[in-house]
Amino acid sequence: MRIRLEKRLTPSRFMQVATPIASVLLTMALGAIIFQLIGFDGPHAIYETFITPIVAPYKWVDVMTKAAPLIIIALGLSLGNQAKIWNIGAEGQYIIGAIAGAGVAFALPNAEGFWIIPLMIAAGIVGGMAWAAIPAFLKTHYRVSEVLSTLMLVYVALQVLSYLIGGPWKDPNGHNFPQTPPLTAAQQLPHVLPGTAIPPGLVVAIVLTLVFWLLTTRSVYGFSVRTVGAAPSAARYGGFDASRTVWTTLMISGGMAGLAGILEVSSQLGQINLGFPSGYGFTAIIVSFLGRLNPIGVFLAGLILAVTYVGGQVAQTAVHVPEATAGIFQATMLFFILASDILVRYRLRVIRDAPRVARAEAVA
Amino acid sequence: MLTFIIDALVTVVGVTTPILLAATGELVVEKSGVLNLGIEGMMLIGAVTGFAVALTYGDNMGALAPWLGVLCAALAGAASSMLFAVLVLTLGSNQVATGLALTIFGIGLSSLVGAGYVGAVIPPFDSLFPDSLAGDPLWRVVFGYSPLVYFALIMVFAVGWFLNRTRAGLILRAVGENDISAHSIGYPVIAIRYAAIAFGGALAGIGGSYFSMVITPMWAEQMTAGRGWIALALVVFAGWRAGRLLAGAYFFGILMTLELYAKASGFSFLPSQFWASMPYIMAVAVLAFMSARDVTGSEAPACLGRPFLPST
Repeated sequence: MRIRLEKRLTPSRFMQVATPIASVLLTMALGAIIFQLIGFDGPHAIYETFITPIVAPYKWVDVMTKAAPLIIIALGLSLGNQAKIWNIGAEGQYIIGAIAGAGVAFALPNAEGFWIIPLMIAAGIVGGMAWAAIPAFLKTHYRVSEVLSTLMLVYVALQVLSYLIGGPWKDPNGHNFPQTPPLTAAQQLPHVLPGTAIPPGLVVAIVLTLVFWLLTTRSVYGFSVRTVGAAPSAARYGGFDASRTVWTTLMISGGMAGLAGILEVSSQLGQINLGFPSGYGFTAIIVSFLGRLNPIGVFLAGLILAVTYVGGQVAQTAVHVPEATAGIFQATMLFFILASDILVRYRLRVIRDAPRVARAEAVA
Repeated sequence: MLTFIIDALVTVVGVTTPILLAATGELVVEKSGVLNLGIEGMMLIGAVTGFAVALTYGDNMGALAPWLGVLCAALAGAASSMLFAVLVLTLGSNQVATGLALTIFGIGLSSLVGAGYVGAVIPPFDSLFPDSLAGDPLWRVVFGYSPLVYFALIMVFAVGWFLNRTRAGLILRAVGENDISAHSIGYPVIAIRYAAIAFGGALAGIGGSYFSMVITPMWAEQMTAGRGWIALALVVFAGWRAGRLLAGAYFFGILMTLELYAKASGFSFLPSQFWASMPYIMAVAVLAFMSARDVTGSEAPACLGRPFLPST
């Protein structure tokens, strides 16, 4: 008896939904076993990491706050991933977006008008797009792999940030910490629903999820992106320009990462400090895959990854597991989802060895 | 002045060695047609393993303990790379995402394992050469290094020779250039790639152990500080050629040393971040330059990053 892979004509819808759920559940089970083995209370650690943030209302604001940038970035990445354009430098675009948006704020310190926040947000989006434009230009003009160029530019962006907050933008009243001065009240995003603690970023994330859902399922553009990814030669025949897809998907994903960056600065931190580049751009790649590149899926996956961040801190205080375990859970989830990808595209056929016996009889 | 130059040279060699080791391994992996973005994670797993082993056996084994540590770092690096290999080779998963997962996993796992080792110190490597040479103010520039430094140099030459002068190296490159053709004339594509990934993991593990066992004989979370990504940039910068890898590694090493000096003493008129970002800017610039003019002799494998599932 052996197992053979058979390519499915169309990806299995059932597996597309079932595998992410199974990945999360398997991660929880494996995590419980491993924690038990290395001497922690396994089930308790898993409960605190995955369940407490969901059942304890006082953790919901934290989850929503973490989920917003993850969802916003991952929505953009998912579009590119559908066209097999791999922007893995969203972290860099997120940083440059924040720098561009905060730069506008620092250039206009006395601006009080209602327009200052829209202007900062626009600058953030443009900043992220500009940083993604470099890989787009290099790919369309010099055939440079966007995987390598987007990734390399993350580390350039980190150095730009480090230079600015330790040099020209350093807060004179910051006790020599590498951080920028705080934004003024007019430069910080107000809560959208007065009286609630719902972070403004999450409202943006919800709206954008709907926009991306319409874009991918109801527009010719969404269809062209999928076609370029699934069948490049068919796309060319159908008149969908591959270079244009490279540019648009990188501009959209870069702009979304920049938007997430400036939203994080203007609604959460109120300044840029060393803790600002916290890896959302990389975690968003996990979100994009866990959500199976589908906007609704990305939204849910963003919430799940945010739960692991918040739950990781809960488990740290409750069960004394190290903070780094959240990263292990996130990576394990991604391992499982990537491993199960084969079930979406292929069918497993169990082939029995019976025919060989029959042939032997025939010969005899 | 002479002392200053010798100090600077010794620093350059020191900062170059781990990226040279990791990049030499990644060169073999990429030559076989696989892009493993998990270098940083494998280095950290190697760093924590080497340190933990050397610490645990330091009392019993004395001078041999660091060697056992490095061996275990290589094994741990190779073992972690197998996680990546099973996913991308057997299950045909996306190499970019899987490599990133390995890095995130390695950062997390090494922090979890290493939490108990923060603050401990291990015995250093004994020098391979007598003290009169290794400690000489002048000759230490040649003889005064950890054995891993010489090992790294030998590995670059060995890999260059293997890839370009041996039959097995030719087959490995064929697998990276055209996996379908290599498969159809009977070469075991998947098995060769498994071996290449394991080798890359072992060298990344040793490269990581250089941080925790030579540079600072201590463990600290995320102590490789992004050097795995520089190793990746280095392979690109070198145009996938072993000779240029060696030259490029020392060039990057000089940039990293300038960064250290700029940070320490305001030695440079440019900010230290300028030097820190140079390896990445250079790698991107070289990529653009190479593909603009193919005459520069880049040897990028044609199948780099493409999945291969022969059963379909």
